[in-house]
Amino acid sequence: MKSLKNHISLIIALFTVLFSVQIYVAVDRTIAAYEERLKNDYSIIVVANKTLTPAEFKAMDSIIERSDVIATDQVLKRLEGEMSKKNLDLLKLTLPKFYRIYLSRFPTPYEIEKLQKRLQKHAAIERVEGYAQSHDTVYKLMLLFKDVVQIFSISIAAVTSLLILKEMRLWQFQHADRMSIMALFGAPVWLRSAVLFRLAIVDAIIATIVLCIAFFVIEQYGWMDLLLRTVGISIDLFDYVNDAVRSLLIALGVSIILTLTIVIGSSEEE
Amino acid sequence: MDKVIIAENLSLSYKEFETIISKANFSIDAGSFVFITGASGSGKSTLLKSFYGAIEPRAGQLMVGGVKMHKISTSKLNFLRRHIGVVFQDYKLIKEWTIEKNVMLPLIISGYTKDVSSAQVQKLLGHVKLIHQSGKYPPELSGGEQQRVAMARALAHNPILILADEPTGNLDEYSSQVIWNLLEGANTQLKTTVIVVTHNIPSTIMIPYKHYHIEMGNIHEIS
Repeated sequence: MKSLKNHISLIIALFTVLFSVQIYVAVDRTIAAYEERLKNDYSIIVVANKTLTPAEFKAMDSIIERSDVIATDQVLKRLEGEMSKKNLDLLKLTLPKFYRIYLSRFPTPYEIEKLQKRLQKHAAIERVEGYAQSHDTVYKLMLLFKDVVQIFSISIAAVTSLLILKEMRLWQFQHADRMSIMALFGAPVWLRSAVLFRLAIVDAIIATIVLCIAFFVIEQYGWMDLLLRTVGISIDLFDYVNDAVRSLLIALGVSIILTLTIVIGSSEEE
Repeated sequence: MDKVIIAENLSLSYKEFETIISKANFSIDAGSFVFITGASGSGKSTLLKSFYGAIEPRAGQLMVGGVKMHKISTSKLNFLRRHIGVVFQDYKLIKEWTIEKNVMLPLIISGYTKDVSSAQVQKLLGHVKLIHQSGKYPPELSGGEQQRVAMARALAHNPILILADEPTGNLDEYSSQVIWNLLEGANTQLKTTVIVVTHNIPSTIMIPYKHYHIEMGNIHEIS
């Protein structure tokens, strides 16, 4: 019973570390999906006094993915009744070309500023509208959210690592008798600590399985998915292959490093 | 004759300005049977501990099986201990292991295969009359039975040296006799060097032995 209690303590601690890491990964994934959506919606308007080809735009900056011409026909059609044909023809001749520029990724405010300056340097370009202010607000909000989640995850990971270390100390006391008897018969440190490593590995595997189950339940319940869909995002909260493998490696890494710390510490105490 | 233990001006103590054994000079021949006696607190257990590296010499030299014990490295000490069998007064059995696994411990450490280890353990448990108890755990056995298990464990890996600290201290007559028979057998049949720390040398001992007595930190050989 006592041993089961110790197992559960370590499993819960490891699960907390894995859960906080996975939440960070899911938030990162959400932000990446949101960035993708913003990128698709986001464009820069360029006004030029002559026709520019998509290749010419691409050559100006590598972040430019494509450019579309904004058709002026509709505006001119509306003016047909209000202006004479002669004036309309003149307007058609003098009317600048409008372009919508799409980017390969969601830019930082600095990148927008740099891109605007670069575009404005072109002799044919008269005006550039990057909608920097509204972009800046969204971007900073996203960064803030990301940083808050990151700090939160790191804090949880640090606190639970300390808990795991304490738990392992407890294990060491429990196994001290057996380890000292084995030492009296010449067992090397790795053999004496084999049980500790085995427990750490087993608990890491169990914690990963519990994490998979937890995310399966969250996905089945569906509220998180619904929440993301309302902001137009659809992501995998948990990838049952890649995320599970990564979580297992993290759990194994944390528990083995902490066991090593205990083992090295105890062999120095001898 | 080869010497298993050589002590030259050996001093032992736990603290810096304390002396338990002072400038002792003695040697123990390979294959001999040795008793070390002395009053309680005379330092006989401390001396035995120095033979398996649980305490380092404060001064002088101590060689066990040709290995210098002063500032001995962990790997060398582990290697040496794999050739020594120790019997403790408090048995030092692993409570959460079965009797069979406890006896197997030195064989596991020395890397013997499971088949070889199992055969050896069965043989030894037969010698100590505990074959029927092999699946039990130490707390389920009496003190005498636990010491017989400890004895079997000390013999499991055919050590070159057996160190026994008051092996029959709290035992009944039957268990004591089994222990002494095994120690004598290991010495006469396997030529294992046996060093026993005890209050009293049993009258039943039938083989020639050497006797050292410790008094006031000095070791004397008694003819």
